[in-house]
Amino acid sequence: MVAFIIRRILQALVVMFVISVIGFAIKHNVGDPVRQITGISVSEAEREALRDELGLNDPVPVQFGRFLKNAVQGDLGTSFFYKKPATSVILSKAPATIELVLVSAFIVISLSVPLGIFAAIRPKHVFSKIVMGASIVGVSIPVFLTAIMGIYLFSVQLGWLPSFGRGATVDLGGWQTGFLTLDGWLHLLLPSISLSSIMLPLFIRLIRSEMMEVLETEYIKYSWAKGLRKYRIWFLHAFKNTLLPVITVGGVQLGITIAFTILTETVFQWQGLGFLFMEAVERSDTSLLVAYLMFVGLVMVVVNTVVDIIYGMVNPTVRITGTAK
Amino acid sequence: MKRQWRRFTGSYLWYSFKRDKVAMVSFATFLILFVCAFLAPWISPYNPYDPANIDILAAETPPMWMDGGTQEYIMGTDAQGRDLLSTMIYGMRISITIGVFAVLLQAFLGIVIGLISGYFGGKLDSFFMRMADVQLSFSYLMVAIFISAVLQAAIGVGRFGEIAVPFLIIVIGLAQWPQYARTVRASVLAEKKKEYVEAARVAGFNSQRIMWRHILPNCMSPILVLSTIQVANAVMSEAALSFLGLGMPVTRPSLGSLINSGFEYIFSGSWWITAFPGILLVVLVLAVNLLGDFLRDALNPKLYKG
Repeated sequence: MVAFIIRRILQALVVMFVISVIGFAIKHNVGDPVRQITGISVSEAEREALRDELGLNDPVPVQFGRFLKNAVQGDLGTSFFYKKPATSVILSKAPATIELVLVSAFIVISLSVPLGIFAAIRPKHVFSKIVMGASIVGVSIPVFLTAIMGIYLFSVQLGWLPSFGRGATVDLGGWQTGFLTLDGWLHLLLPSISLSSIMLPLFIRLIRSEMMEVLETEYIKYSWAKGLRKYRIWFLHAFKNTLLPVITVGGVQLGITIAFTILTETVFQWQGLGFLFMEAVERSDTSLLVAYLMFVGLVMVVVNTVVDIIYGMVNPTVRITGTAK
Repeated sequence: MKRQWRRFTGSYLWYSFKRDKVAMVSFATFLILFVCAFLAPWISPYNPYDPANIDILAAETPPMWMDGGTQEYIMGTDAQGRDLLSTMIYGMRISITIGVFAVLLQAFLGIVIGLISGYFGGKLDSFFMRMADVQLSFSYLMVAIFISAVLQAAIGVGRFGEIAVPFLIIVIGLAQWPQYARTVRASVLAEKKKEYVEAARVAGFNSQRIMWRHILPNCMSPILVLSTIQVANAVMSEAALSFLGLGMPVTRPSLGSLINSGFEYIFSGSWWITAFPGILLVVLVLAVNLLGDFLRDALNPKLYKG
């Protein structure tokens, strides 16, 4: 087990290294920091002096080493638009995205588990068919379309819900939270529902298919033969083993969720990381782009590593092959 | 040719297709949309790429059954005064083209990498599969968004528009190959153990021949299922990228960029610029997804058994 954890962490470090190589390559090749800092009315000599001062004339490996050293210390360069360290810009925007993802995750989990289980144990029931039909339609509707339709219906036509922004927020020691005000919750409603509208069908389908597979196994048949009560079989024996693959896939889904937060936040002008990212793209703010890449990369690598290690603890066969399903 | 047709009509696939109304409807829908898209110059009322047809005074005309709508523009016009129906048909052509070619590219990459990894195993295999793992954990959409964002920052929006179609094909293809490689590898591993492969090896065929002529044909059903689902995914990714402004420009809009361009106008009540392309996109993706579901149910031996 210890060997497995060490191997997994080493792997994570390699991945982080590769991500930082990509980040450095982007930073090195895209955009000119000198031009971003100075403007037009600066002479060539002054530019050259600034280049020297910024270390842009050093050999590439030296620059990469410095980039890596700074990155490990949490310094990912300065955003030229915000005129602040990119890390602090990202950290100030992160709470908005985290709250959005948390609420959607809550919606997804609390709905997908009962619906997925029901669709698995009663596959022929009318309600299951409706759920499965609705879920394939749900998968086919892009998240931004759900969001736009939500805005049109609830903001433009009915005027019940606000269409953009986070509303009133409360500052909790640097963490801007929208959880403590009614206005914040109203603003949160449409974005979180839109975001969960794409994850929910995926999870319902996943839970159903995994559960159906588990229900076919020998030990479930044995429990039926033993005469155990059906609820005990479904919820204790079968569901427990359904959860394993669901957790692994759930870790992978985080990547998709982050991609979808970019779309959702763009539609709702939700002041989170995704919105920040798109702003950085429009302004060609390379430092911020790279910082976003490194930050998101770090989050995903940490989550995936933790998920893999948990999976390895529960399912010993993984430890030998070293690859999670 | 005739023999193959008879073999196809005698197959389980055809049998279950005939009994599955959903599959038939979705196949018909897809076929109609596909044909419409590629007959765009002949069937659409206007040519949206021709500046002569852009009438800014007619911008935001509602569909013809609403107040203020005219017979001229069946589904109304967009914000630039282009006929919405024509623009949608041309947009769908772009969406389908990108979707299909992106899948061809990723299928090529995935099949080559999957075959090699599965057949030879060893270091190469673990290298490719690690790479696939990492890329999958970032999700295809994230990878695609990031590549296009960086490229757009690097070359500028103007030039980006010119190369958008081939560029999107490559980005989406590169972002989605891991699913293919994994699927192909898994079926190659299962097939490799079977006796016909051993027989071929004993008969003295080289590995190239065994891989491509013996193993690959037997891996076709998962590839077929995956390809269908991936077309839907690719179309969705293209729409997402275009919606973010990282894909097709407004002058040659795909369905995604049309939805994006209509988004600002829903606040003034012009819902049709967003709604109609949106519905078309959903119908297209849904038809492909339903087909994929049908193929999976019909071809997957694991479900076939039960």
